[in-house]
Amino acid sequence: MAEPMKIRATVKGDVADIRVLIAHPMETGQRRDAKGELVPQHFIQSIVVTYNGKTVYTGQWSQAVSRNPVFAVRVRGAKAGDKVSVTWVDNKGDRRTDEKTVDAA
Amino acid sequence: MRPDFKSSRHPRPRSLLRIRALRAVAQRARAATTVACAVACGAALAQDGKVDPLAVGRQLLAEDNPGELWVQRGEKLFHAKRGPRQVSLEQCDFGLGPGKLTGAFPRLPRYFPDTGKVQDLESRLLTCMVELQGYARADIVKGAFSTLDHDSDMEALASFVASRSNGMSMNVQLDHEKEREMYKAGEYLFHRRSGPTDFACVTCHGDEGKRIRLQELPNMTDRKQIQAVVSGWPAYRGTQSTVRTMQHRLYDCNWQMRLPDLDFASDMSIALTTYLNYSGNGAVIQAPGVRR
Repeated sequence: MAEPMKIRATVKGDVADIRVLIAHPMETGQRRDAKGELVPQHFIQSIVVTYNGKTVYTGQWSQAVSRNPVFAVRVRGAKAGDKVSVTWVDNKGDRRTDEKTVDAA
Repeated sequence: MRPDFKSSRHPRPRSLLRIRALRAVAQRARAATTVACAVACGAALAQDGKVDPLAVGRQLLAEDNPGELWVQRGEKLFHAKRGPRQVSLEQCDFGLGPGKLTGAFPRLPRYFPDTGKVQDLESRLLTCMVELQGYARADIVKGAFSTLDHDSDMEALASFVASRSNGMSMNVQLDHEKEREMYKAGEYLFHRRSGPTDFACVTCHGDEGKRIRLQELPNMTDRKQIQAVVSGWPAYRGTQSTVRTMQHRLYDCNWQMRLPDLDFASDMSIALTTYLNYSGNGAVIQAPGVRR
Protein backbone atom coordinates (compact mmCIF):
# COMPACT_ATOMS: atom_id res chain seq x y z
CA MET A 1 0.00 0.00 0.00
CA ALA A 2 1.16 3.49 -0.75
CA GLU A 3 2.97 5.49 1.89
CA PRO A 4 1.11 8.46 3.37
CA MET A 5 1.56 11.90 1.88
CA LYS A 6 3.07 14.72 3.84
CA ILE A 7 0.72 17.70 3.71
CA ARG A 8 1.45 21.16 5.06
CA ALA A 9 -1.32 23.71 5.07
CA THR A 10 -0.92 27.13 6.62
CA VAL A 11 -3.09 30.20 6.31
CA LYS A 12 -1.71 33.71 6.02
CA GLY A 13 -4.26 36.50 5.74
CA ASP A 14 -7.05 34.70 3.91
CA VAL A 15 -4.79 32.60 1.66
CA ALA A 16 -4.02 29.00 2.51
CA ASP A 17 -0.70 27.69 1.27
CA ILE A 18 -1.05 23.94 0.72
CA ARG A 19 2.08 21.93 0.05
CA VAL A 20 1.95 18.23 -0.64
CA LEU A 21 4.85 15.82 -0.69
CA ILE A 22 3.96 12.48 -2.25
CA ALA A 23 5.87 9.21 -1.95
CA HIS A 24 5.67 7.63 -5.39
CA PRO A 25 8.22 5.97 -7.69
CA MET A 26 6.88 7.75 -10.81
CA GLU A 27 8.48 5.27 -13.21
CA THR A 28 8.67 6.60 -16.76
CA GLY A 29 8.79 3.23 -18.46
CA GLN A 30 12.17 4.13 -19.95
CA ARG A 31 14.42 2.99 -17.12
CA ARG A 32 16.04 -0.43 -17.05
CA ASP A 33 16.63 -2.32 -13.83
CA ALA A 34 19.83 -4.11 -12.79
CA LYS A 35 18.94 -7.08 -15.02
CA GLY A 36 18.48 -4.84 -18.05
CA GLU A 37 14.70 -5.24 -18.13
CA LEU A 38 12.51 -2.22 -18.75
CA VAL A 39 10.74 -1.10 -15.60
CA PRO A 40 7.05 -0.72 -16.43
CA GLN A 41 5.41 2.68 -16.25
CA HIS A 42 4.08 3.53 -12.84
CA PHE A 43 2.97 7.08 -12.32
CA ILE A 44 0.25 9.20 -10.80
CA GLN A 45 -2.44 9.91 -13.37
CA SER A 46 -4.89 12.08 -11.57
CA ILE A 47 -4.80 14.15 -8.46
CA VAL A 48 -7.58 16.05 -6.74
CA VAL A 49 -7.41 18.59 -3.94
CA THR A 50 -10.59 19.41 -2.09
CA TYR A 51 -11.01 22.26 0.35
CA ASN A 52 -13.84 21.88 2.86
CA GLY A 53 -15.27 19.27 0.52
CA LYS A 54 -15.14 21.53 -2.55
CA THR A 55 -12.78 20.55 -5.37
CA VAL A 56 -10.19 23.30 -5.83
CA TYR A 57 -7.61 21.52 -7.98
CA THR A 58 -7.66 18.62 -10.37
CA GLY A 59 -4.62 17.52 -12.29
CA GLN A 60 -3.80 14.99 -14.97
CA TRP A 61 -0.21 14.09 -14.36
CA SER A 62 2.13 12.11 -16.55
CA GLN A 63 5.34 10.14 -16.25
CA ALA A 64 7.19 13.43 -16.77
CA VAL A 65 6.64 14.38 -13.14
CA SER A 66 9.54 13.54 -10.83
CA ARG A 67 9.87 10.77 -8.29
CA ASN A 68 8.48 11.75 -4.86
CA PRO A 69 6.91 14.90 -6.27
CA VAL A 70 6.07 18.00 -4.31
CA PHE A 71 3.43 20.45 -5.43
CA ALA A 72 1.71 23.48 -4.00
CA VAL A 73 -1.66 25.18 -4.40
CA ARG A 74 -3.06 28.30 -2.83
CA VAL A 75 -6.66 28.81 -1.83
CA ARG A 76 -8.27 32.19 -1.17
CA GLY A 77 -10.91 32.79 1.47
CA ALA A 78 -9.26 30.36 3.87
CA LYS A 79 -9.16 30.23 7.62
CA ALA A 80 -7.46 28.05 10.22
CA GLY A 81 -9.33 24.84 10.93
CA ASP A 82 -10.43 24.32 7.32
CA LYS A 83 -10.09 20.79 5.96
CA VAL A 84 -7.86 19.88 3.05
CA SER A 85 -8.04 16.51 1.36
CA VAL A 86 -5.71 15.24 -1.35
CA THR A 87 -6.33 12.13 -3.46
CA TRP A 88 -4.17 10.62 -6.14
CA VAL A 89 -4.75 7.65 -8.42
CA ASP A 90 -1.95 6.05 -10.42
CA ASN A 91 -1.97 4.05 -13.65
CA LYS A 92 -2.00 0.75 -11.75
CA GLY A 93 -5.13 1.74 -9.90
CA ASP A 94 -3.36 2.37 -6.61
CA ARG A 95 -4.80 5.32 -4.78
CA ARG A 96 -4.30 7.22 -1.60
CA THR A 97 -6.21 9.94 0.21
CA ASP A 98 -4.81 12.04 3.05
CA GLU A 99 -6.36 14.86 5.02
CA LYS A 100 -5.02 17.82 6.90
CA THR A 101 -6.46 20.62 8.96
CA VAL A 102 -5.24 24.09 8.01
CA ASP A 103 -2.94 25.61 10.64
CA ALA A 104 -2.60 29.27 11.47
CA ALA A 105 0.70 30.63 10.16
CA MET B 1 34.72 0.61 -10.64
CA ARG B 2 33.04 3.02 -13.01
CA PRO B 3 29.57 4.30 -12.23
CA ASP B 4 27.17 1.93 -13.86
CA PHE B 5 23.93 3.75 -14.41
CA LYS B 6 22.11 0.58 -15.38
CA SER B 7 22.81 -1.04 -12.06
CA SER B 8 21.36 2.11 -10.47
CA ARG B 9 24.04 2.13 -7.87
CA HIS B 10 24.64 5.63 -9.11
CA PRO B 11 21.20 6.34 -10.46
CA ARG B 12 20.73 8.93 -13.09
CA PRO B 13 19.66 12.30 -11.76
CA ARG B 14 15.91 12.64 -11.94
CA SER B 15 15.61 15.86 -10.06
CA LEU B 16 15.39 18.26 -12.98
CA LEU B 17 11.65 18.30 -13.13
CA ARG B 18 11.49 18.64 -9.44
CA ILE B 19 13.73 21.69 -9.66
CA ARG B 20 11.59 23.08 -12.46
CA ALA B 21 8.52 22.60 -10.34
CA LEU B 22 10.22 24.31 -7.43
CA ARG B 23 11.24 27.17 -9.69
CA ALA B 24 7.63 27.58 -10.72
CA VAL B 25 6.65 27.62 -7.07
CA ALA B 26 9.35 30.20 -6.44
CA GLN B 27 8.02 32.42 -9.20
CA ARG B 28 4.54 32.19 -7.86
CA ALA B 29 5.77 32.90 -4.38
CA ARG B 30 7.63 35.98 -5.59
CA ALA B 31 4.59 37.26 -7.40
CA ALA B 32 2.31 36.62 -4.49
CA THR B 33 4.17 38.25 -1.66
CA THR B 34 7.18 40.43 -1.06
CA VAL B 35 7.76 38.73 2.28
CA ALA B 36 8.79 35.54 0.47
CA CYS B 37 11.27 37.56 -1.54
CA ALA B 38 12.72 39.19 1.54
CA VAL B 39 13.47 35.75 2.91
CA ALA B 40 14.59 34.09 -0.30
CA CYS B 41 16.61 37.02 -1.62
CA GLY B 42 18.28 37.42 1.73
CA ALA B 43 19.39 33.82 1.59
CA ALA B 44 20.59 34.30 -1.98
CA LEU B 45 23.36 36.57 -0.75
CA ALA B 46 26.19 34.37 0.43
CA GLN B 47 28.36 35.48 3.32
CA ASP B 48 31.07 36.85 1.05
CA GLY B 49 28.53 39.06 -0.70
CA LYS B 50 28.46 36.96 -3.86
CA VAL B 51 25.02 36.02 -5.10
CA ASP B 52 24.36 32.31 -4.80
CA PRO B 53 21.91 31.57 -7.62
CA LEU B 54 20.96 28.21 -6.13
CA ALA B 55 19.98 29.56 -2.73
CA VAL B 56 16.30 30.02 -3.59
CA GLY B 57 16.02 26.46 -4.80
CA ARG B 58 17.92 25.15 -1.82
CA GLN B 59 15.62 26.92 0.57
CA LEU B 60 12.51 25.61 -1.16
CA LEU B 61 13.93 22.11 -1.10
CA ALA B 62 14.70 22.43 2.59
CA GLU B 63 11.13 23.54 3.30
CA ASP B 64 9.65 20.58 1.47
CA ASN B 65 12.37 18.05 2.14
CA PRO B 66 11.46 14.68 0.62
CA GLY B 67 13.64 13.16 3.36
CA GLU B 68 10.56 13.56 5.58
CA LEU B 69 9.09 10.58 3.74
CA TRP B 70 12.03 8.48 4.89
CA VAL B 71 11.53 9.62 8.48
CA GLN B 72 7.89 8.61 8.24
CA ARG B 73 8.77 5.19 6.86
CA GLY B 74 11.61 4.75 9.35
CA GLU B 75 9.29 5.42 12.26
CA LYS B 76 6.92 2.73 11.07
CA LEU B 77 9.75 0.26 10.54
CA PHE B 78 11.22 1.03 13.95
CA HIS B 79 8.03 0.15 15.81
CA ALA B 80 7.00 -2.76 13.59
CA LYS B 81 7.53 -6.35 14.69
CA ARG B 82 9.87 -7.60 11.97
CA GLY B 83 12.54 -10.11 11.11
CA PRO B 84 12.78 -13.83 11.88
CA ARG B 85 12.09 -13.14 15.57
CA GLN B 86 9.19 -10.77 14.93
CA VAL B 87 10.30 -8.06 17.34
CA SER B 88 10.50 -4.30 16.96
CA LEU B 89 13.60 -2.15 17.44
CA GLU B 90 12.07 -0.49 20.49
CA GLN B 91 14.60 -2.24 22.73
CA CYS B 92 17.56 -1.09 20.65
CA ASP B 93 20.09 0.77 22.79
CA PHE B 94 21.79 3.69 21.06
CA GLY B 95 23.83 4.54 24.12
CA LEU B 96 21.24 6.19 26.37
CA GLY B 97 19.37 3.01 27.23
CA PRO B 98 16.94 0.75 25.33
CA GLY B 99 14.54 2.72 23.16
CA LYS B 100 15.89 6.13 24.19
CA LEU B 101 16.28 8.01 20.93
CA THR B 102 16.21 11.70 21.80
CA GLY B 103 19.76 12.87 22.22
CA ALA B 104 21.31 9.55 21.21
CA PHE B 105 22.45 10.46 17.70
CA PRO B 106 24.57 13.52 18.65
CA ARG B 107 26.72 11.26 20.87
CA LEU B 108 27.52 8.79 18.09
CA PRO B 109 29.89 7.17 17.34
CA ARG B 110 30.48 5.91 20.85
CA TYR B 111 31.78 2.80 22.61
CA PHE B 112 29.22 0.07 23.33
CA PRO B 113 30.19 -2.45 26.03
CA ASP B 114 27.86 -5.18 24.68
CA THR B 115 29.68 -5.35 21.35
CA GLY B 116 33.03 -4.11 22.66
CA LYS B 117 33.18 -1.73 19.72
CA VAL B 118 32.88 1.89 18.80
CA GLN B 119 29.77 2.14 16.63
CA ASP B 120 28.09 4.80 14.57
CA LEU B 121 24.37 5.11 13.93
CA GLU B 122 24.24 2.68 11.02
CA SER B 123 26.45 -0.01 12.54
CA ARG B 124 24.42 0.18 15.76
CA LEU B 125 21.20 -0.25 13.82
CA LEU B 126 22.85 -3.21 12.09
CA THR B 127 23.70 -4.75 15.46
CA CYS B 128 20.11 -4.37 16.66
CA MET B 129 18.63 -5.77 13.47
CA VAL B 130 20.90 -8.81 13.80
CA GLU B 131 20.80 -9.33 17.58
CA LEU B 132 17.21 -8.34 18.31
CA GLN B 133 15.33 -9.11 15.13
CA GLY B 134 17.43 -12.04 13.94
CA TYR B 135 18.23 -10.78 10.46
CA ALA B 136 21.34 -12.10 8.73
CA ARG B 137 24.05 -9.48 8.83
CA ALA B 138 25.02 -10.08 5.19
CA ASP B 139 21.44 -9.43 4.01
CA ILE B 140 21.21 -6.10 5.80
CA VAL B 141 24.63 -5.01 4.55
CA LYS B 142 23.73 -6.00 1.00
CA GLY B 143 20.59 -3.89 1.04
CA ALA B 144 21.93 -1.00 3.10
CA PHE B 145 22.22 1.33 0.11
CA SER B 146 18.98 1.65 -1.79
CA THR B 147 18.76 1.61 -5.56
CA LEU B 148 15.86 2.69 -7.74
CA ASP B 149 14.82 -0.97 -7.67
CA HIS B 150 14.80 -1.58 -3.95
CA ASP B 151 14.29 0.55 -0.85
CA SER B 152 16.70 0.44 2.05
CA ASP B 153 15.32 -0.04 5.54
CA MET B 154 18.66 1.20 6.85
CA GLU B 155 18.31 4.58 5.16
CA ALA B 156 14.78 5.02 6.52
CA LEU B 157 15.67 3.89 10.06
CA ALA B 158 18.78 6.08 10.18
CA SER B 159 16.72 9.08 9.04
CA PHE B 160 14.15 8.45 11.73
CA VAL B 161 16.59 7.89 14.61
CA ALA B 162 18.76 10.89 13.66
CA SER B 163 15.73 13.15 13.27
CA ARG B 164 14.68 12.46 16.87
CA SER B 165 17.65 14.62 17.92
CA ASN B 166 16.90 17.55 15.63
CA GLY B 167 17.77 20.87 17.21
CA MET B 168 20.33 19.32 19.53
CA SER B 169 24.07 19.84 19.20
CA MET B 170 26.58 17.26 18.00
CA ASN B 171 28.40 16.22 21.14
CA VAL B 172 30.75 13.29 20.57
CA GLN B 173 32.77 12.45 23.67
CA LEU B 174 36.07 10.65 23.61
CA ASP B 175 35.82 9.24 27.14
CA HIS B 176 36.63 5.65 26.38
CA GLU B 177 40.06 4.59 25.24
CA LYS B 178 38.59 2.87 22.17
CA GLU B 179 36.83 6.08 21.20
CA ARG B 180 40.14 7.93 21.35
CA GLU B 181 41.74 5.19 19.26
CA MET B 182 39.00 5.50 16.67
CA TYR B 183 39.38 9.27 16.57
CA LYS B 184 43.15 8.95 16.08
CA ALA B 185 42.67 6.37 13.34
CA GLY B 186 40.12 8.62 11.66
CA GLU B 187 42.40 11.63 11.82
CA TYR B 188 45.18 9.53 10.29
CA LEU B 189 42.94 8.18 7.52
CA PHE B 190 41.63 11.65 6.73
CA HIS B 191 45.16 12.87 6.04
CA ARG B 192 46.69 9.63 4.66
CA ARG B 193 47.32 9.74 0.91
CA SER B 194 46.76 6.40 -0.77
CA GLY B 195 45.51 4.59 -3.83
CA PRO B 196 46.32 5.01 -7.52
CA THR B 197 45.62 8.74 -7.43
CA ASP B 198 47.58 9.35 -4.22
CA PHE B 199 44.56 11.14 -2.75
CA ALA B 200 43.62 11.75 0.85
CA CYS B 201 40.32 13.18 2.09
CA VAL B 202 42.24 16.34 2.91
CA THR B 203 43.38 16.70 -0.72
CA CYS B 204 39.88 17.90 -1.60
CA HIS B 205 38.62 18.96 1.81
CA GLY B 206 41.56 20.91 3.24
CA ASP B 207 41.42 24.23 1.39
CA GLU B 208 38.97 26.99 0.60
CA GLY B 209 37.29 27.27 -2.76
CA LYS B 210 37.89 23.77 -4.10
CA ARG B 211 35.39 22.20 -6.43
CA ILE B 212 34.58 18.97 -8.19
CA ARG B 213 33.04 20.12 -11.48
CA LEU B 214 30.60 22.77 -10.21
CA GLN B 215 30.18 21.29 -6.78
CA GLU B 216 31.84 23.34 -4.07
CA LEU B 217 33.70 21.24 -1.55
CA PRO B 218 33.61 22.06 2.13
CA ASN B 219 36.93 22.71 3.81
CA MET B 220 36.72 20.23 6.65
CA THR B 221 39.64 21.66 8.53
CA ASP B 222 37.41 24.68 9.20
CA ARG B 223 35.14 24.23 12.20
CA LYS B 224 32.16 26.12 10.77
CA GLN B 225 32.27 24.20 7.52
CA ILE B 226 32.59 20.77 9.08
CA GLN B 227 29.71 21.63 11.38
CA ALA B 228 27.63 22.43 8.31
CA VAL B 229 28.50 18.96 7.01
CA VAL B 230 27.78 16.85 10.07
CA SER B 231 24.57 18.69 10.94
CA GLY B 232 22.83 17.41 7.82
CA TRP B 233 23.56 13.68 7.46
CA PRO B 234 21.69 11.45 6.77
CA ALA B 235 20.62 13.61 3.84
CA TYR B 236 18.13 13.49 0.98
CA ARG B 237 20.21 13.57 -2.19
CA GLY B 238 18.41 15.15 -5.09
CA THR B 239 20.66 13.52 -7.67
CA GLN B 240 19.92 10.07 -6.27
CA SER B 241 16.25 10.52 -5.34
CA THR B 242 16.89 8.96 -1.96
CA VAL B 243 18.22 9.55 1.51
CA ARG B 244 21.86 8.59 1.92
CA THR B 245 23.66 8.03 5.19
CA MET B 246 27.16 9.06 6.21
CA GLN B 247 28.23 5.48 5.45
CA HIS B 248 27.25 6.05 1.83
CA ARG B 249 28.93 9.46 1.73
CA LEU B 250 32.21 7.90 2.84
CA TYR B 251 31.76 4.93 0.52
CA ASP B 252 31.28 7.34 -2.38
CA CYS B 253 34.28 9.48 -1.36
CA ASN B 254 36.37 6.32 -1.33
CA TRP B 255 35.11 5.39 -4.75
CA GLN B 256 35.87 8.89 -6.04
CA MET B 257 39.45 8.46 -4.82
CA ARG B 258 39.55 5.08 -6.63
CA LEU B 259 40.23 3.27 -3.38
CA PRO B 260 38.87 -0.25 -2.78
CA ASP B 261 35.18 -0.27 -1.85
CA LEU B 262 34.62 0.80 1.73
CA ASP B 263 32.79 -1.98 3.57
CA PHE B 264 29.52 -1.01 5.22
CA ALA B 265 29.94 -0.45 8.97
CA SER B 266 33.66 -1.19 8.72
CA ASP B 267 36.11 0.09 11.32
CA MET B 268 37.55 2.44 8.73
CA SER B 269 34.18 4.05 8.08
CA ILE B 270 33.49 4.41 11.78
CA ALA B 271 36.97 5.84 12.44
CA LEU B 272 36.37 8.55 9.83
CA THR B 273 32.90 9.28 11.19
CA THR B 274 34.30 9.56 14.72
CA TYR B 275 36.91 12.03 13.52
CA LEU B 276 34.42 14.07 11.49
CA ASN B 277 31.60 14.15 14.04
CA TYR B 278 33.95 15.03 16.89
CA SER B 279 35.46 17.80 14.78
CA GLY B 280 31.95 19.04 14.12
CA ASN B 281 30.87 19.07 17.76
CA GLY B 282 28.45 21.91 18.39
CA ALA B 283 26.74 21.51 15.03
CA VAL B 284 22.96 21.71 15.37
CA ILE B 285 21.42 18.50 14.03
CA GLN B 286 18.86 18.96 11.28
CA ALA B 287 18.35 15.51 9.82
CA PRO B 288 17.68 14.48 7.18
CA GLY B 289 19.49 17.31 5.47
CA VAL B 290 19.28 18.13 1.78
CA ARG B 291 22.23 17.63 -0.50
CA ARG B 292 22.84 17.81 -4.21
